[in-house]
Amino acid sequence: MSEAAIDTSKMKVSDEVAIQITNMNKWYGDFHVLRDINLTVNAGERIVVCGPSGSGKSTLIRCVNRLEEHQKGQIIVDGIELTSDLKNIDKVRSEVGMVFQHFNLFPHLTILENCTLAPIWVRKTPKKEAEEIAMHFLEKVKIPEQALKYPGQLSGGQQQRVAIARSLCMKPRIMLFDEPTSALDPEMIKEVLDTMIQLAAEGMTMICVTHEMGFAQAVANRVIFMDAGQIVEQNEPKEFFNNPQNDRTKLFLSQILGH
Amino acid sequence: MSKISYVRTEMLSQQPAPAGEVGVVGWLRQNLFSGVFNTILTIVAGAALIFLLYETLPWFLNSTWNAQSLSECREINDGACFAVIRERFNQLMFGFYPSELYWRPIVAFLLLFIALAPILIDTVPKKLLIFTMIYPAIMYLLIWGGSIWGPIAIIAGFAAGVAAFMFVDKLAGTLAAIIAAVVVTLAWMLYAVVPVSDALIGILDIGLQQVPSNKLGGFMLSIIIGLTGIALSFPIGIVLALGRQSDMPIVKMMCVGFIEFVRGVPLITLLFTASLLLGYFLPKGTTFDIVLRVMIMVTLFASAYMAEVIRGGLAALPRGQYEAADALGLNYWQAQRQIIMPQALKISIPGIVSTFIGLFKDTTLVSIIGLLDPIGLTAGIRADMAWNGIIWELYGFIALVFFIFCFSMSRYSMYLERKLKTGH
Repeated sequence: MSEAAIDTSKMKVSDEVAIQITNMNKWYGDFHVLRDINLTVNAGERIVVCGPSGSGKSTLIRCVNRLEEHQKGQIIVDGIELTSDLKNIDKVRSEVGMVFQHFNLFPHLTILENCTLAPIWVRKTPKKEAEEIAMHFLEKVKIPEQALKYPGQLSGGQQQRVAIARSLCMKPRIMLFDEPTSALDPEMIKEVLDTMIQLAAEGMTMICVTHEMGFAQAVANRVIFMDAGQIVEQNEPKEFFNNPQNDRTKLFLSQILGH
Repeated sequence: MSKISYVRTEMLSQQPAPAGEVGVVGWLRQNLFSGVFNTILTIVAGAALIFLLYETLPWFLNSTWNAQSLSECREINDGACFAVIRERFNQLMFGFYPSELYWRPIVAFLLLFIALAPILIDTVPKKLLIFTMIYPAIMYLLIWGGSIWGPIAIIAGFAAGVAAFMFVDKLAGTLAAIIAAVVVTLAWMLYAVVPVSDALIGILDIGLQQVPSNKLGGFMLSIIIGLTGIALSFPIGIVLALGRQSDMPIVKMMCVGFIEFVRGVPLITLLFTASLLLGYFLPKGTTFDIVLRVMIMVTLFASAYMAEVIRGGLAALPRGQYEAADALGLNYWQAQRQIIMPQALKISIPGIVSTFIGLFKDTTLVSIIGLLDPIGLTAGIRADMAWNGIIWELYGFIALVFFIFCFSMSRYSMYLERKLKTGH
């Protein structure tokens, strides 16, 4: 990883609160997946969420844009509280970009159309302008030459970069990453991480569910460890990795860093 | 250790496949004579084919096209008697439609291709869709005749529905707009069409000579019923499929109830309902054309099947597509229109076309309630002294025409699938 090359000058955390989660609980039927989550994310913060599978980390970030509904507590994103009000939900979703483990590009649309769809229909951007924005971000993720191809013709790493560009075209204030590199071949992980690092360097507010600990050390200003639906430990990356406090955290770190 | 060490110094270039694997010989070997068992099968199948041709070819080759009756046919030659088709061709095509007015269904049929072009071929300018939208009224006018104001009043009803949709969509959202559009259109159809068209006829009475429904028949009738069923069952099926997946319990219950009921009864019972029972339920004095009633029943029947086929397509879409659309901030209707439906319908193409083909062939059932589709006409033709005893030629011809239509639909669907394939 190119840690040395990261320009941290813009990676400043402001006092402005981007996401405020208070006493949030969620159940799947009887199963209590998220228990009393309290989390405040300031604008410009880059948070890495890790933990064993089934610990609720994906569910947590999916609650932030209401892909999952919470039953108790409060989530305020960018000053808007998430309730069952559909207008508010759509407003929050248009401000919050999301990148999925399996990319979820729209296979029936070209790369360019994937990127222009939401700006045209949600933001009502004129088509030509939307295409210019899309090309700008496709250049940024370094695949402008693929614009007229279909997702099925691209490699996994390329598809994930398109997915990032697609989210960026909505000019979101917050980006959520749900295990963006877990479905990729080892050779392609780096190109996606580099794109994410670049994004962090520009001051994007990010929450990333990932097990890429190198990435966490390079760009995160906070690492959160979750287990059994709870936040077990959170700290600055250096402290988190060198001096974990909770036994569960220690075990987890020894498992993933041990070999 | 040195035994297992190996480093490639030169990459291999691509080699041509061995002869005998490619070309005609390769094809024959792979497809017809790839083993003992397959070779035997090939020989047996070939023998069966030759036997079949030996038996049927003389029948075709010694056929008669010019004769007034079956017995005359038999005198001329001992093969097939296709004279019956030549003799009764107009009847098989148009039923008892007045022969001096044949140009009207023919024009309607030709215009059909113009109306279909913008839907079926994407290089045709989309502006033609306006013609497609008014085509049903043109077709109605050409086939049934009557005053031009009736169809125009009905078009106005749909226009009012669209206007209501656009007006309410801005104020109260898409669902309310759809409901408003349906209510306005229905209200117009029930209460305004007759007075408005009557008033307009009073002012200026222009139109075509009227042809009553009982004169319609032959393939014209099959095509009218089949086409209306296909054109209407598709959108209704989409709405039912979406309704069945809805979170709203009443909408869901109504859609499931409709689909399960209609799918659970034979089409023929619906047709009998249309021809016999509906008359009792409708208020006295309402005349409700039998062909129209049959079209409604066939449409409802096909819609239920269509809904299930499309639901299959919806179910086959990965959850991630819905989530990605949601995460980008698209609302329900935008997501359906832009993301979900294009993919779900593409997946469902084989099923949709099967339903269309089934529907088109099912139109022959209307002969049971006395409508004179080609099958209905055969009874009359075979009862005629001149053609008494003719079977193969008549039914064979009808089967052939159905086959041409159905096979065309099938080929088009395969073309569409290939065209829409965007993966590797």
